[in-house]
Amino acid sequence: MTMTKMTLDTEGDTHVLVTRRFAASPEAVYRAHTEPSTIQKWLLGPEGWTMPVCLCDARPGGKFRYEWSNGKGQGFYITGEFVEVEPSRRIVHLERMHLPDPTPENLVETVFEADGEGTMMRMRMTLPDKASRDAMLATGMERGMEASYVRLEGMI
Amino acid sequence: MENLDSTFSALSDSTRRAILSRLAAGEATVMELARPFGISQPAISRHLRVLEEAGLITRRIEGAKRPCRLAPGGIAEIDQWLGVLRRALEMNYARLDRVLAEQTDNERKKT
Repeated sequence: MTMTKMTLDTEGDTHVLVTRRFAASPEAVYRAHTEPSTIQKWLLGPEGWTMPVCLCDARPGGKFRYEWSNGKGQGFYITGEFVEVEPSRRIVHLERMHLPDPTPENLVETVFEADGEGTMMRMRMTLPDKASRDAMLATGMERGMEASYVRLEGMI
Repeated sequence: MENLDSTFSALSDSTRRAILSRLAAGEATVMELARPFGISQPAISRHLRVLEEAGLITRRIEGAKRPCRLAPGGIAEIDQWLGVLRRALEMNYARLDRVLAEQTDNERKKT
């Protein structure tokens, strides 16, 4: 499964780059990123979290809102707006995480490119400054740690 | 790392992890940290003591205040953050692989 290996890197002071290959067409991968019923099946982060609210209006100027819950009274949400939408090819959107205080705006460009029988997805995030970029990575750490501890609890 | 146990026990609490996330954006005082978490300053101070003993934060004296910041070499290392974020994203994309595989199967059944 090395073909699907993900990369995650920082670029300069304000960017984060993610690449991942999928064994499906760009159309299908694009749909999985824009259809609420499909998004709710996979964009969940750590084990045990669900997305009870998923609103996504994927067109220029359209808004989205994703709400996550761990079923134990903890949760947070992301709101955003689509800037550019080229179906099956490219999405540019702005997002803010609410924890509940809103985080600085993250500009995300996602490109879906045919790669043989599959799709190469490239995501480029741009934060306003280095402190915001680093805080966003630390927030990812916070959520990821939750998953590690859930697994650890299961092993003990 | 000799204090790995204290690091892990310090990180086992969600408030302390949230404090570290906040400090990633820059130095903060106890009062600034207490506000968004909605818990008392003494409670925040107890969390800060645990984080300090684990070597994850450092505090300096500035008059009556003791502002905190992430300790160099602690979890502040960006590579560690990337590593944990990578695992969280990989879980998402592994789920997406399964969703896409199911859709492909269903389409094959239809044709």
